[in-house]
Amino acid sequence: MADQVPLSMTVNGRTRRGQGEPRLTLADFLREQALCTGVHLGCEHGVCGSCTVLMDGEAVRSCLLFAVQAEGAHITTVEGLAPDDETLHPVQEAFRDCHGLQCGFCTPGFVVSVAAFLEANPDPSDDEIRHGIAGNLCRCTGYQGIVAATRQAAGVMRGGE
Amino acid sequence: MADVVGLLAEHGDDAKPLAGGQSLVPMLAMRLTRFEHIVDLNRVDELFGVESDNGGVRIGAMTRQAAVETDAAVAERVPLLHLATPHIGHFQIRNRGTIGGSVAHADPASEYPAVMLALDGTAEIASASGTREVAASEFFESTFMTAVAPDELLIALRFQAWDQPAGFAFDEIARRSGDFALAGAAVGIGTDGAGRINRAAVGMLGVGPTPRRAPSVEAALMGLAAADADPHEIGRLAADDMDPIGDVHASAEYRRRAGSTLVGRVLASALAQLTQEAGNG
Repeated sequence: MADQVPLSMTVNGRTRRGQGEPRLTLADFLREQALCTGVHLGCEHGVCGSCTVLMDGEAVRSCLLFAVQAEGAHITTVEGLAPDDETLHPVQEAFRDCHGLQCGFCTPGFVVSVAAFLEANPDPSDDEIRHGIAGNLCRCTGYQGIVAATRQAAGVMRGGE
Repeated sequence: MADVVGLLAEHGDDAKPLAGGQSLVPMLAMRLTRFEHIVDLNRVDELFGVESDNGGVRIGAMTRQAAVETDAAVAERVPLLHLATPHIGHFQIRNRGTIGGSVAHADPASEYPAVMLALDGTAEIASASGTREVAASEFFESTFMTAVAPDELLIALRFQAWDQPAGFAFDEIARRSGDFALAGAAVGIGTDGAGRINRAAVGMLGVGPTPRRAPSVEAALMGLAAADADPHEIGRLAADDMDPIGDVHASAEYRRRAGSTLVGRVLASALAQLTQEAGNG
């Protein structure tokens, strides 16, 4: 058993400290120590996108990072996207409105990815949306609702259309 | 960086440098490989960034693929790298994945190795005893095997700009967006002042144990007027330059046929740029 190392990072605006083996993944740290169970683990090797979080503002696979690598970083999980407990982020709102989810397992990863995608590309074409969500897998919806949700969220985030 | 090469010298085969982790960490997760020690390069600042280099670019090994994708000097001086980058994984992967990691990993289906080979890029490799340079043609030894020894570190890649009228194109075939490519092609074609092809660079991925050049295609292009070259006819010659393997995703024969058809299309796209440029100029 490897030695435990101390861990410290900002998760959804709060400093979180913990400890773990050097090869503890960021995803496991977020779920088990920061208690952000919205970080879902599907494949655990970077394919499914369910564990996507923002690290210093950029969408990354938390299963492909070790927690020690996030030392001092600002992490945003799906729990931290909305401004407060009473409000949904426009992307979350749009997924609800447009049936962008069924079982919900992949949804946190999609929501975080789409939020990052729309920050970089506020007015995407449908083709760009399909490319933008290509890094997340959904086995229920057939993606049509997710594309529609992304389109709606883009309009809202641009300033209400 | 002295610390990193010191650790590699100390631990040799038991240590592995960790770049973006988008290939190494999945391989560790699936127990396809294991290392006693992992040396994380993510805080080694001198390995990051693109700088001008003798009219071309020098790209630090830890430069993220997302940074390569948006870098203005890369787009201007090494358009083929710029064109290839969006084909790598997905944007979440490119946010972490690095150019050096991709090249050092040397997956025969990956994009940057084929571009580096096509453009005769140079690898800068450091160890405790100094640095050395290796040409792309000497770099890729076999699947996942490169000229980088266990006690060495790939620190940068260098690419020359093409100082002549040129067209560049990249494309690949994959079952799903972001999947490993079944076959792909990276093409640069340059002409003299009269529109005759005097430089041809064709790199291929997914059609052999390493990235490959297509010397038959390059030879057939040389000396032709760009406007007269038949890309699809010439592209077929690429089949002779491949050594594909068959697997669950595609048979060897499929890779050879689809790959050579693709080479033709990518040639067509590079030639179209040249003739368009000549028309505008």
